[in-house]
Amino acid sequence: MTAGGTRYLAALVLSALLAGPGLADTADIEAGEKVFQQCKGCRQVGSGAKHRSGPHLNALFGRKAAGLDDFRYSKSFQRAGASGLEWHADTLNVFLEDPRAMTSGTRMSFRGIKNGEDRTNLIAFLRQYSDDPANIPEADPTATGIDHDLDPAILALKGDPEYGEYLSGECTTCHQAAGGDDGIPSITLWPEDQFVLAMHAYKNKQRKHPVMQMIAGRLADDEIAALAAYFKDLKN
Amino acid sequence: MTFNRRTFLGTSAVAAASLAAPMVLAQGKPRVVVIGGGAGGASAARYIAKDSKGAVDVTLIEPTRTYYTCFFSNLYLGGFKEIDEIGHSYGGLAANGVNVVHDWAVGVDRDTKTVALAGGGALQYDKLILSPGIDFVDMAVPGWDISAQNAMPHAYKAGSQTELLKAQLAAMPEGGTFAMVAPPNPYRCPPGPYERVSMVAHYLKANNPTAKIIVADPKPKFSKMALFQEGWNNHYAGMGDWVGEDFGGGNVSVDPAAMTVTIDGEETKVDVANVIPAMKAGRIADIAGVTDGNWAPVNAADMSSKADPDIYVLGDASQQGDMPKSGFSANSQAKVCANAVRGALTGSKVFPAKFSNTCWSLIDTNDGVKVGATYEATDEKIAKVDGFISQTGESADVRKATYEESEGWYAGITADMFGAKA
Repeated sequence: MTAGGTRYLAALVLSALLAGPGLADTADIEAGEKVFQQCKGCRQVGSGAKHRSGPHLNALFGRKAAGLDDFRYSKSFQRAGASGLEWHADTLNVFLEDPRAMTSGTRMSFRGIKNGEDRTNLIAFLRQYSDDPANIPEADPTATGIDHDLDPAILALKGDPEYGEYLSGECTTCHQAAGGDDGIPSITLWPEDQFVLAMHAYKNKQRKHPVMQMIAGRLADDEIAALAAYFKDLKN
Repeated sequence: MTFNRRTFLGTSAVAAASLAAPMVLAQGKPRVVVIGGGAGGASAARYIAKDSKGAVDVTLIEPTRTYYTCFFSNLYLGGFKEIDEIGHSYGGLAANGVNVVHDWAVGVDRDTKTVALAGGGALQYDKLILSPGIDFVDMAVPGWDISAQNAMPHAYKAGSQTELLKAQLAAMPEGGTFAMVAPPNPYRCPPGPYERVSMVAHYLKANNPTAKIIVADPKPKFSKMALFQEGWNNHYAGMGDWVGEDFGGGNVSVDPAAMTVTIDGEETKVDVANVIPAMKAGRIADIAGVTDGNWAPVNAADMSSKADPDIYVLGDASQQGDMPKSGFSANSQAKVCANAVRGALTGSKVFPAKFSNTCWSLIDTNDGVKVGATYEATDEKIAKVDGFISQTGESADVRKATYEESEGWYAGITADMFGAKA
């Protein structure tokens, strides 16, 4: 175990979490990986992980909130980082239970994980991808990008933003053009490929929401590309 | 790309030369007049002004300074929303470059292309968009006309009528009777009367639990019927009766002075009567001469009137085919229309029409349901492509998420209509 400041504290907190009564045996990295499935639409971790609509999760432990220079964080997270929030097992545990309770203005449209055991397992899983995974057996970092079988030719389509602007009228009846989020997710400023993947996942009925399955269901490949091209830069 | 003065002038000259309507340009900026500042009119005005970036002069005529949305007005009756939460001003539209005129449009002269205003004066248009919503068919419910709306409110145009109905609901004596006369098809917001029944029941259950609800309905079935009936059984068992067509629900008369409702020959003294009569297009559509019967037929591709290619009719007033008369539909139609109008006036690219609709209804706290569909333009009408509806027996989590989604939609559509709140 490495010593020194926060890192040491982080490890202690983590070991307390994992080694606490009844927890040492139950923190299950494989189960945590399953829990992570629900994060994968927006998050990557492991070798080659990139920012999606949320920042990548490598070297997360000990990272200051809003601590990566090349990601556009919400104001809410910038404030949290400026006032000293760092990611450790304890803060992650609180955050993951109800993301909005900690950062009310986050664009992270996620209800949270209410089950404490799921959170513990997820945190153990994520811990592997930070330096010195103390108290957790070394695991091979595996690339866990978004699993999809979308034709690369569809992903490579170049969208026409003018067409996307027209088509976006169908989206902005519910999804606010200004990026706000009150019960319906924000769809502005997404990476283009992620937008395309999400829409095709609805179109192919891999994602569940009935309204989105219906809307995406009749959008042609070039229309989805056009929307992705329009929304990626939409900033009001 | 940057525009210096020379290239800018140069490209405009080319664009002008290629336009099919040089007369419009000869008179200066093309002018669009929009009548009615609801989901259809406000959205159309905003999109044309926003997307033309000042190239089109857009004037919206709307008599009220604060617009109360019909959608979510039932939630106000149920105590889930304050009246101010469903009121919207037109400041955001002005910020988007729309001239907002608070007046009544009282005449349309299609030959001179002018709209006459109640306050005097007239507005010239190149394209006129009518989105006047609904009016009521006279004597559709024997005994009721518009002069009876204080004794027996319709509350089907939101605002003071909605507040009146809520006040009457609150003033009901213990164990009193609330009656609704539901409208025949087609009418604004198909699930609206039944969401209202749910919200009234929610209010009475908490505040006047021995009160009774009676609904007289000229229809044999209604939107989301299985979902509402399941919800009423779950939450409001024994609180009321729905009298459908089979049991004489269409044979109704009222006496506003005596506060009685007679259903299939049986007279009942009631404490509150919410009479929602048969509907027709808002009056200005009739004045403009674009109606055929109660509604204004339109071409599905661009919402243009079948009677006049320079007039467009949006939302509830239009007769377009398969879309329900809803705020969501009007907003969807407005964007198709705005794209077509802008294209006709400025030569901008016109994309094919796509329409969609979703209607959320609240049955009780965190018990939301929805129905929706997508539509396309065919030669004859707006035709349904695909649809979905909430299922009976859904989990509480799903219903709660559906309600939360409806709140997100409300924030989204009102921002889309009026511009984002500052």
